Amino acid sequence: MSGFFAIVRQTLSLSLRAGGGAIVGLVFFLAVVTVIPFGVGPDLNLLGRIGPAILWIGALLASLLGLERLFAADREDGTLDLFIVSGEPLVLFVLARTIGHWLATGLPVVVAAPVLGLLLDVEPLALGAVTLTLLVGSPALTLIGSVGAALTAGLARGGTMIAVLVLPLAVPVLIFGVSATNGAIADPEPFTAPFLLLAAGTLMAAALAPATAAFALKLGLE
Amino acid sequence: MTTLGEHLVCERGGRTVFTDVSFSVGPGEILALRGPNGSGKSSLLRLVAGLLPPASGRLSFAGAPEEGGRLHYFGHADALKPALTLRETLGFWRAIFGGGAGEAAEFEAAARVGIEHALDLPVGVLSAGQRRRAGLARLLLAARPLWLLDEPTSALDRQGEALVGAMIAGHVAAGGAVIAATHLELPVAATRSLTLGESA
Amino acid sequence: MWSLTQLANPTRFLGLSGRVLPWVAGASALCLAAGLYLSLFASPADYQQGDSVRIMYIHVPAAWLAMFCYTLMAVSAVGTLVWRHPLADVSAKAAAPIGAAFTFMALVTGSLWGKPTWGTWWVWDARLTSVLVLLIMYLGLIALWRAFEEPARAGRIVAVLILVGFVNIPIIKFSVDWWNTLHQPASVLRMGGPSIDPSMLLPLLVMAVGFTLLFVALHLAAMRAEIFRRRLRTAQLVAAHRRPVGAAAAAAQGGL
Repeated sequence: MSGFFAIVRQTLSLSLRAGGGAIVGLVFFLAVVTVIPFGVGPDLNLLGRIGPAILWIGALLASLLGLERLFAADREDGTLDLFIVSGEPLVLFVLARTIGHWLATGLPVVVAAPVLGLLLDVEPLALGAVTLTLLVGSPALTLIGSVGAALTAGLARGGTMIAVLVLPLAVPVLIFGVSATNGAIADPEPFTAPFLLLAAGTLMAAALAPATAAFALKLGLE
Repeated sequence: MTTLGEHLVCERGGRTVFTDVSFSVGPGEILALRGPNGSGKSSLLRLVAGLLPPASGRLSFAGAPEEGGRLHYFGHADALKPALTLRETLGFWRAIFGGGAGEAAEFEAAARVGIEHALDLPVGVLSAGQRRRAGLARLLLAARPLWLLDEPTSALDRQGEALVGAMIAGHVAAGGAVIAATHLELPVAATRSLTLGESA
Repeated sequence: MWSLTQLANPTRFLGLSGRVLPWVAGASALCLAAGLYLSLFASPADYQQGDSVRIMYIHVPAAWLAMFCYTLMAVSAVGTLVWRHPLADVSAKAAAPIGAAFTFMALVTGSLWGKPTWGTWWVWDARLTSVLVLLIMYLGLIALWRAFEEPARAGRIVAVLILVGFVNIPIIKFSVDWWNTLHQPASVLRMGGPSIDPSMLLPLLVMAVGFTLLFVALHLAAMRAEIFRRRLRTAQLVAAHRRPVGAAAAAAQGGL
């Protein structure tokens, strides 16, 4: 178990130090949220209405960044080999790396979301709803992404490939995340049902994704 | 622990690397793998390490420890993260391998391979030889009955070769076993040897 | 009697499929000709939609086969991962582009049907959207196959993704249905409608059988091509690793 936390801690510090991608992910999130008003116009009424959706899509896109190196680096430098040889289950390694990756890239996006929401004139209640749904839903995005990262770990340029593979699988998370947010603001629309479905999605991803990613990593060894 | 390979066949990338390889290594034994490039020395080590499934044949580890891993693998890749210091790196692997001893173990391992002065430097600034030594230090963090060494003396100077020899001798004297692949002479006398790729 | 294990041998498969293929292709052509005649000339126009309803006879079989093909790939993926069977991998890889083509055909005909019926080329209807996501998944699988050098490793990795997708397709379908009912009043579209008249059912069934036979023929042909492609690759690998004795001797003498 001490090994598990060592991996989480190492993943975090690798992401935060020079050459890590944690800050870039956050800046990318800011950039996505900033360019959308240039596309749809500066009408604050409109932006306030679609703001939660913009934040969710920004978080989804930002979650794709850095996945490329999540396991590919370990595969190239031999770390993955040593983990398999160490006798510990590979799924623990995958889960620990994924948790570390979410702490370094997912959590900052959740924290930044309400601040960026102010730029879009999202009302306070919606800001809270968006932060809550992202907190519950963004781990699912990282977990689904970890499967894509494991499948493409052996490829020289897996980055765009991961996006193509992961985005369709992330559709349900996006749907329930945005629906729950809208449900919290607009009265006739339900909140509890999509929110619980979102939580269920995260739990299901937590149960299935690490084992699938570990299996794929093992198959990809040569 | 006695490692036994019976009629192993290895296929990689749609090509048969070797067929019908059998060997056994018990406590106190050193098995040297020899053969030209591409004869499958590294593949055999990866197969024994469990990193590659055999196409057919059987591998068994009689009397393997019930807890923790049964072997150390020292391959071509360093498994070092340039941004982390040597102390962090060794501490990390001690946690993974479940080496019981405290933080002194990192210093001792680094001192044994002669890089204790670099403990607080990021691994990225180490020279190629020092990086190989850092990999060797990892073998000392936790006890494992079997060591799999792939070209252990590559990128090392005379002193480094002597160090590898002393480490292997120490491990074997303590009842461990070693399988080493090398195209050079091993710095210690092997008790057995297996030459691959003769029939091809 | 052919047993499954005999069939599973690639050489055996090549022999058998070579003999069966012309018959399946011929039967498919006959079925499609009959089906097209029935659906374009011998069946009535819809009292509301007019002649545009005839698009259905292409659209519905294509959509069926888009689903069927993914199911076949999922079964093949299990064959690859559990039994490590070389033909299972060949089957999945050969099916993917065909499945993508049928999915694309379903989308295009759906769009053409939508214009006169709904007055727009595209609506974010739950079915259309799900099929669009399915198309992206097909294309992603094909891209992943092409990204790997070695067919056996690619086959195993892609098999994992096929199964991940297979588990996810119902979830995606469910979420899209949910999203659709939330955003669009059900009165805008009414899929299904009145139960289908026998005069329309017969051409539809004939077309479905024709499409299925067409799929089988294409799949067999693609599998044969893939087997030949792999044999060629193996031959190239063997050639690269075995230098002829004469060349080695010449090199040793310091010649060219």
